[in-house]
Amino acid sequence: MIEVQDLTRRYGERLAVDGVSFRVEAGELLALVGASGSGKTTTLKMINRLVTPTAGRVRVEGEDAATIGTHRLRRRIGYVFQGVGLFPHMSVGENVAVPLRLAGWKEPRAQARVTELLALVELDPQLAGRRPSDLSGGQQQRVGVARALAVSPRVMLLDEPFGALDPLTRDRLQQSFRELRRRLDLTAVLVTHDMAEALLLADRVGVMNAGRLVQVGTPAELLRAPADDHVALLLSTPRRQARRLDELLGGGG
Amino acid sequence: MREQLALLPYLLAAHVRLTLGALLLGAAVAVPAGVLVSRAPRLEGLVLGLAGVIQTVPALALLAVMVPLLSSAGLSGIGFLPAFLGLVLYSLLPILRNTVTGLAGIDPAVREAAEGVGMTPAQRLRMVELPLALPVIMAGLRTATVWSVGMATLSTPVGAPSLGNYIFSGLQTRNDAAVLVGCAAAAFLALGLDGLLRMLARGWSERRPALIVAGGAIFVAMGAASLAGVSPAGAARPLRIGAKTFTEQYILAEVLARQIDRKTGAPAEVLASLGSTVAFDALARGEVDAYVEYTGTIRSTLMHRSGAGGGRAAVLAEVSAWLRESQGVRVACSLGFENTYAFALRRARADELGVRRLSELAPKAPRLRAAADYEFWSRSEWTDVRRVYGLDFAERRVMDPSLLYAAVAGDQVDVITAYSSDGRVSAYDLIALEDDREAIPPYDAVVLVSRSLADRRPDVVRALTDLEGTIDAERMRAMNVAVDRDGKSPAAVAEEFLAR
Repeated sequence: MIEVQDLTRRYGERLAVDGVSFRVEAGELLALVGASGSGKTTTLKMINRLVTPTAGRVRVEGEDAATIGTHRLRRRIGYVFQGVGLFPHMSVGENVAVPLRLAGWKEPRAQARVTELLALVELDPQLAGRRPSDLSGGQQQRVGVARALAVSPRVMLLDEPFGALDPLTRDRLQQSFRELRRRLDLTAVLVTHDMAEALLLADRVGVMNAGRLVQVGTPAELLRAPADDHVALLLSTPRRQARRLDELLGGGG
Repeated sequence: MREQLALLPYLLAAHVRLTLGALLLGAAVAVPAGVLVSRAPRLEGLVLGLAGVIQTVPALALLAVMVPLLSSAGLSGIGFLPAFLGLVLYSLLPILRNTVTGLAGIDPAVREAAEGVGMTPAQRLRMVELPLALPVIMAGLRTATVWSVGMATLSTPVGAPSLGNYIFSGLQTRNDAAVLVGCAAAAFLALGLDGLLRMLARGWSERRPALIVAGGAIFVAMGAASLAGVSPAGAARPLRIGAKTFTEQYILAEVLARQIDRKTGAPAEVLASLGSTVAFDALARGEVDAYVEYTGTIRSTLMHRSGAGGGRAAVLAEVSAWLRESQGVRVACSLGFENTYAFALRRARADELGVRRLSELAPKAPRLRAAADYEFWSRSEWTDVRRVYGLDFAERRVMDPSLLYAAVAGDQVDVITAYSSDGRVSAYDLIALEDDREAIPPYDAVVLVSRSLADRRPDVVRALTDLEGTIDAERMRAMNVAVDRDGKSPAAVAEEFLAR
């Protein structure tokens, strides 16, 4: 369970995030959507204190994030980075094992866990000895997910995890992730600028604009009663695109 | 050549000891400092600036400045310590700069990932930042290594033996083979160490532990081998005889050492190629037990007196009294010859100008180019000569003493300041002009002994006193010629002299 209350981040004069509040129930996935600069990534990073909030409160599984201690807090939360964020000097296996090492796991047990995790994200365990740079973008992001899941966190944060992938790979990875999080019953916040991705993966969607959270609700709720024109426009994009695509294909065939 | 190569293991070990030790300490200081600076950008300008300033000090000057600095701190001012600290300071900048650059070059996304998975700052440094910056840091270490090997050759004048002994003494005694051996050994050492570091870096980046283990083992073996010759602390050190940087000094130091050995059986080692005042300071503090100095030098550079001083005997008495009373240093004997400054020209040039005396040179001097050793133009002798004869040259240059004679023989300059006992005066067929108005004070060669030696080993002092009056100017010149022209070693010449 994640609870965010009046979260605010100010950079000089600029309010990057302005009084955002929401709640993510256990096992629920909330997607934060919005244009670039709308404050969604800053909000996400304030949950595990990669960015220190100027004001407001974050509670993770009932505990105040500010009092847990930064490193302990982060080790409890799986984090999947925008642009993967693997350590280039470590092998795939070593990357996945980093959270295990930080948690003090000993060798044979950690080794077994790495194999298990690679299988979980549908990677050949043989890849454990390779460098991240030897892998394709999709494979690298699977490694990133495996690393985030290493110590079986209950809570996960994902920062545009599939943004840089080609459409086919993105589609496959989205499918895998959807199954994975149901199976592991993860509580998660996903930041994306891809409305279709948000609607497909999320239980609820939060729309951000200029640092404020404009509306939170299930995809159906948002579609039925958008709070304002901006939300309506954003939500209609996937449909509009699908319709145009239909016309194009229908017209051609 | 064989004689030169026999010294190689000893000098190479000393060189390796200096270089590896300095690099080790340099890296131990510079890498943490680099980390600190990269965490506190406000310090960056200050720390890098400071290291940069040290780097702009010429290497020889940096080593030389260590001598009085350490002495005033009550530490050993000559030998290993000043050379070692100078090298450490010099190795700081490349390592420091590359550490800062290497850390700054890390992708911010990787740093954020390290934070995101919950690493503490220390874990981030150890597991992510240092490993990623390592190739750049290693490059800095390799630069520092090559510099240090080269610079360590300059530690000879501050009393630390190194491959520089070959180069300094080889240049002075015109022994090209020695210079070559020194240069080649230093070059191979630099290449070898650089290759080893490259091997370590490759082992790391290509994940080949065998390379790292092999490279590390070679380093440890080199370090151990270089330390093998060092006597354990507390063991009685052999007597130390100092020698300044010219042929005559090398020969006389060997004469002293051998005389002591013959008469008392006490082992004595020669600390060759010391800087001029370094030798005296070391003697005054008891770090060197004996060396040969010249009365005129003591009078002008140490006592700061000018004028001719009223003859050889008067100056000797004046100097001896001053040494005993204000420095605690004793004059064991006067060897019997003078090595005074003399203005010298090529014979053909002297004939052409028609000069044999300094008073005859004065009217021609404004059209002549003159060159002298490092100190002459700032010594009181020059002031006196100038005043007494009204001497003034068109051009006054400074050169290394070893190059002066070749310069005048090759007509690059017209007049040089030669040393009257120098074999090269006759070897190059030069004319040394007579000081007809006695402006230059006497320069009798005297054996100085430290107070501690005088207290501890009166038998050694007696052995040295036995040398009183045994070397006249002609014999000294002959011995100098034997080394400078005939290529004999100073040790061999000294042995021949004592075996007479």
